[in-house]
Amino acid sequence: MTELVRIATTGSVDDGKSTLIGRLLFDSKQIFEDQLVAVEDASRKRGTDYVDLALLTDGLRAEREQGITIDVAYRYFATPKRRFVLADTPGHIQYTRNMVTGSSTANIALILVDARLGILEQTRRHSFLASLLGVPHLVLCVNKMDLADWSQERFEEIVDEFRDFATRLDIHDLRFVPISALEGDNVVNQSERMPWYHGPTVLELLEEIHIGSDQNMIDVRFPVQYVIRPHRREYQDFRGYAGKVAGGLIKQGDEVMVLPSGFTTKVRSIETFDGPLEEAAPPMSVVITLEDDIDVSRGDMLCRPHNQPHASQDIDAMVAWMSEGPPLKVGAKYGIKHTTRWGKAMVKEFQYRLDVNTLHRDETSETLSLNEIGRVRLRSTTPLFFDEYRRNRETGSFVLVDEATNVTVGAGMITGEGS
Amino acid sequence: MAAVQPSHLRALESESIHIIREAVAESENPVLLFSGGKDSALVLRLAVKAFWPARLPFPVMHVDTGHNFDEVIDFRDRTIAELEANLIVASVQEAIEQGRVVEETGPRASRNRLQTESLLNAIDKHRFDVVFGGARRDEEKARAKERVFSFRDEFGQWDPKNQRPELWSLYNGRHRNGEHMRVFPISNWTEMDVWQYIDQEGVELPSVYFSHRRRVFERDGMLMAESPYLRLLPNEEVFEAVVRFRTVGDMTCTGGFESRAATVQEIIDEVSISRITERGASRADDRTADAAMEDRKREGYF
Ligand SMILES: Nc1nc2c(ncn2[C@@H]2O[C@H](COP(=O)(O)OP(=O)(O)OP(=O)(O)O)[C@@H](O)[C@H]2O)c(=O)[nH]1
Ligand SMILES: [Mg+2]
Repeated sequence: MTELVRIATTGSVDDGKSTLIGRLLFDSKQIFEDQLVAVEDASRKRGTDYVDLALLTDGLRAEREQGITIDVAYRYFATPKRRFVLADTPGHIQYTRNMVTGSSTANIALILVDARLGILEQTRRHSFLASLLGVPHLVLCVNKMDLADWSQERFEEIVDEFRDFATRLDIHDLRFVPISALEGDNVVNQSERMPWYHGPTVLELLEEIHIGSDQNMIDVRFPVQYVIRPHRREYQDFRGYAGKVAGGLIKQGDEVMVLPSGFTTKVRSIETFDGPLEEAAPPMSVVITLEDDIDVSRGDMLCRPHNQPHASQDIDAMVAWMSEGPPLKVGAKYGIKHTTRWGKAMVKEFQYRLDVNTLHRDETSETLSLNEIGRVRLRSTTPLFFDEYRRNRETGSFVLVDEATNVTVGAGMITGEGS
Repeated sequence: MAAVQPSHLRALESESIHIIREAVAESENPVLLFSGGKDSALVLRLAVKAFWPARLPFPVMHVDTGHNFDEVIDFRDRTIAELEANLIVASVQEAIEQGRVVEETGPRASRNRLQTESLLNAIDKHRFDVVFGGARRDEEKARAKERVFSFRDEFGQWDPKNQRPELWSLYNGRHRNGEHMRVFPISNWTEMDVWQYIDQEGVELPSVYFSHRRRVFERDGMLMAESPYLRLLPNEEVFEAVVRFRTVGDMTCTGGFESRAATVQEIIDEVSISRITERGASRADDRTADAAMEDRKREGYF
């Protein structure tokens, strides 16, 4: 059994995120010869005197020209235990929204710090964002130890400073590793130049961190995606509700409630192409049939009658603004997508903008521009069935869409019911 | 109960099915691109699973260069017939005859790039608003950057610097008339995942993937199949070899290599020790330039 694990790299510009991913792939022998030849060629053309492993993920022409990461790149590698999806995100402040994108589904965030520079503004910003996005495990990689004389003192200084800062964040699992991404120390192989460090390497951590409890297995949540009516003779009366389990363990025979109608019925069966299942848990895609013939359509939600999500048109949420266009402000209307439901939402109240460096709440501000984060109250045209984002990333998140351009402009994490 | 499978394949399968359902639920007129290759066979399989026990709720489209392996066309027709699906063929030959595109000339002529016009033309003609493709992010560095729901403007173009943020599993497929979305349900699968899944599920594939005897000639380090569509260069010579193909596309740009792998399991063993990517091993079209794929994608290629 191999588990699927999602990782995002974060940290300030040039701290070595792309290089670390290149190194992980290279040392675990997951790079192919033709890719390596291409990277060697490109490094030579750019005049670097070593093989620039960052070029393995910086795949766009503009990125190679500027030597920076602009957009998220996804890379994949596997060990006998785990199959990893790596999102390499940009450190540049201008592309913070891409960092948010890459972290939204991550189980583990690797936060890179340049040992010479220590904790920077952008390190704090990214760590905060990772905690806000609910990434359950954070690994601070103190990089470029080769340029800091492999100094234990320097490493501990940075660890202390970060720990101090992290107490103000909502982080449950925090680890520290001293590395050199460029030279490979403590990435896959244990460093001989830092004998004072006895902990696991980055790869060992990635393989060992327990992710089994990252998903909500308590609150049954099943947003209906698609109604399946076969119109085939063998399945004359079949009516199934397709969706991906967003929370809890759904069992055949369970009593369930359909929202918004409030009708209750029982799960008759859990169907898949490969045969019926007795139970389904996140993140399985299944088809549920119900005992009673009630009206259920896309956007509805199945839950247990005694454990219902919030149902409200008014929500309070942290919103990360992702648009270069007009800023978010009170009175503005957007398209909103929450689980499988689209609606319209209006900004009713601007509560505060957060300074992500100091975590100071600026209550005098009234707008959010590109890469800014703040708390707002929204009112939607239809009730949303949600949980707090901290409790469930699937039912606690939404995106805002500009209805004129159809572009996704905001990412929201629900903090609670607006009242 | 379903057969036991490694949970990462289960997770990937569930993610893909979710993507496919989401795209169909939010579009008017979806279509699935099917080349007969393993990736499109996988997407088709996942699409069937996504809507089971209902039939596939959209047609399947093949952009046919006219330079295909016979085995692949046979496989295509058989698969479509079994599913009772609706097949649309967008023909590059027809585009050439109608003067919409001009055929390249010379021994290295390929219709690969001409496919873009036929694809965009068919999307326009049938008013497709969601086009499913089998691209994977591990295939190529420009693809590694692409969204699962990838917006195309009215000219079918991709703008890599201006992609919509894509968070959680909340896909935004909104678009105006004349624009469309390319949707890539197997973005997060690797070549190895695809083979393991094919093995487990017993997905059928065209025979050219498996070791067979064939008349070939060597070009750019690859073994190209002898065919009426490729003219030999002065130093090239046809010989017989036991080969297989790691990707299947147009015969003019897909190269094979010597291999004895005759079963899916043997292919898995071969892939797991291979030191070359499948594109590097078999696609002449990616060898032209470092950013060849990014450029083709911008124009509207798959
Ligand atoms: N000496 C030394 N240099 C390193 C190390 N890791 C990375 N570098 C160099 O630091 C520079 C930036 O590395 P990248 O990997 O591109 O940094 P990044 O964090 O991905 O940067 P952005 O994605 O643009 O934010 C490159 O020149 C690397 O070669 C290290 O461990 N030691
Ligand atoms: Mg980078």
